[in-house]
Amino acid sequence: MPLTPEQVRAIAELARIGISDAEVKTVQAKLNDIFELIGQMQKVNTEGVEPMSHAQGAALRLREDKVTECDQRELFQSIAPQTEAGFYLVPKVIE
Amino acid sequence: MLNASLKELSASLAAKEISSVELTKLFLARIKALNGELNAFITVDEEKSLAQARAADARIAKGAARPLTGIPVAHKDIFVARDWLTSCGSKILSNFVGPYDAHLIERFNGAGAVLLGKTNMDEFAMGSSSESSFYGPVKNPWNPACVPGGSSGGSAAAVAARMAPAATGTDTGGSIRQPAALSGVCGLKPTYGLVSRYGMVAFASSLDQAGPFAKSAEDLALLLNVITGFDPRDSTSIEREPEDYTRDLEKPLSGLRVGVPKEHFGEGLAPDVGAAVEAALAQLEKLGAKRVPVDLPNSSLSVPAYYVIAPAEASSNLSRFDGARYGYRAKDYVDLADMYRKTRAEGFGEEVRRRILIGTYVLSHGYYDAYYLKAQRIRRLIARDFAEAFKRCDLVVGPTSPTVAFKIGAKTADPVQMYLNDIYTIPANLAGLPAASIPCGFGAGGLPVGLHLVGNYFSEAKILNVAHRYQRETDWHRREPAGLKS
Repeated sequence: MPLTPEQVRAIAELARIGISDAEVKTVQAKLNDIFELIGQMQKVNTEGVEPMSHAQGAALRLREDKVTECDQRELFQSIAPQTEAGFYLVPKVIE
Repeated sequence: MLNASLKELSASLAAKEISSVELTKLFLARIKALNGELNAFITVDEEKSLAQARAADARIAKGAARPLTGIPVAHKDIFVARDWLTSCGSKILSNFVGPYDAHLIERFNGAGAVLLGKTNMDEFAMGSSSESSFYGPVKNPWNPACVPGGSSGGSAAAVAARMAPAATGTDTGGSIRQPAALSGVCGLKPTYGLVSRYGMVAFASSLDQAGPFAKSAEDLALLLNVITGFDPRDSTSIEREPEDYTRDLEKPLSGLRVGVPKEHFGEGLAPDVGAAVEAALAQLEKLGAKRVPVDLPNSSLSVPAYYVIAPAEASSNLSRFDGARYGYRAKDYVDLADMYRKTRAEGFGEEVRRRILIGTYVLSHGYYDAYYLKAQRIRRLIARDFAEAFKRCDLVVGPTSPTVAFKIGAKTADPVQMYLNDIYTIPANLAGLPAASIPCGFGAGGLPVGLHLVGNYFSEAKILNVAHRYQRETDWHRREPAGLKS
């Protein structure tokens, strides 16, 4: 089922990507082309086939619980848009 | 020197016929002369490169050189390098100066190689033409009206135009092999997990793999020796004994079983590409290989499955770009949500936004089974097809890309047409198999054609062996683009 303009707006909101009214139509058309391509997946019966999430199927490694990183706060915050007293600054969330 | 192999460059450095500083200056001059036209590099920093070259010369003088010591290498701008802009071809990272080195960069630094510059690419490695970069499109050195392929198009073009003796890239759906084919150079995507993803900006984590570009299979082997190996910082890095990838280069090919999948020679394959690949297969037979027909029946489903899996993983990976901790932040916003929306709308280009939207949708409530799980089941079928094929053959061989390089702008308006460029390369990513592309002739307009060699897990040495023996008998890989200034 093709995506509606309302769905396109809802997806953009979920993805936190601003989208203008003027853009919705072209985005919708291109997404629908792509979902038509993706729809070819339905041609094949995959019943009983185990989903493959990873090429090697390896389990995640465990390691000893010890400190492996040193404190580099100043270095990492030196490239931040806005910081104060060691914190990242964003617009006020709680009134 | 511009055309010398890595082995020859190493020998010249060891014999003090040339210093690393001189060699680095030579390539920097070449970049200066050609980059205006080709746009292969985003960042060049002579001071930093020459400082590394001086250190390499000191190391050579001390007799402590390793195979790549003193050799300049260009890196795709997806690898974080300390004090270097690492933009990933995106506005959202256009002010991101690396605070650390990626594993791959550490490896080259440890080997004493010189970081020659950061190469241009499709934004966040999402593309097959290197047109979607915030820094403008890369041009194909064989014909600047054409694309070099993508997403690692800057690296491919840099090696093709002899602006770098070697380069690195990443391959999620073909992003090393397809530009290698379209730009007439060699490129290899190793087995998934062989090269650490630490410090490599993530696109689709279950598919992303780093690999080298060079002029020959022998050079690829030397580069692979440097970049492979276990790294505990990457949860999918594979723990295994290090290999010398040059060890089997000279092995004769007699008895080699070359699997030819009919699915990669059907509708959609341009006749000029098909003819060059057929000639290459005949050459392999002349070298003692046996042709075996194999089936990859689910091959055509690889593009649809990929365009679920890769965007799904991308939508998750790219959620970190929020304007809060690093990178671009929108100028005007009323609250936090508005800051996110504007930062991401302004910071990401059209194709990246599109893929995030696809991924967000397929992972959203109620659609997960129909899309993501379905795609993962098809991924299993594709991996099984290869497992069956490798019971009957040693390598699967075919075209890397259905056509030679296309004109800049020809496919930008139609994403689906763009996506179909990777129809032969995506299956190896989904299965996690190693695969290379090497030059095997020329097609329409005198543009290069690539031969695709896919091996079983960890068979990089075999792929390089076949490619090297082929390159001993042919000179396609030695051809260089005519008409470049300088």
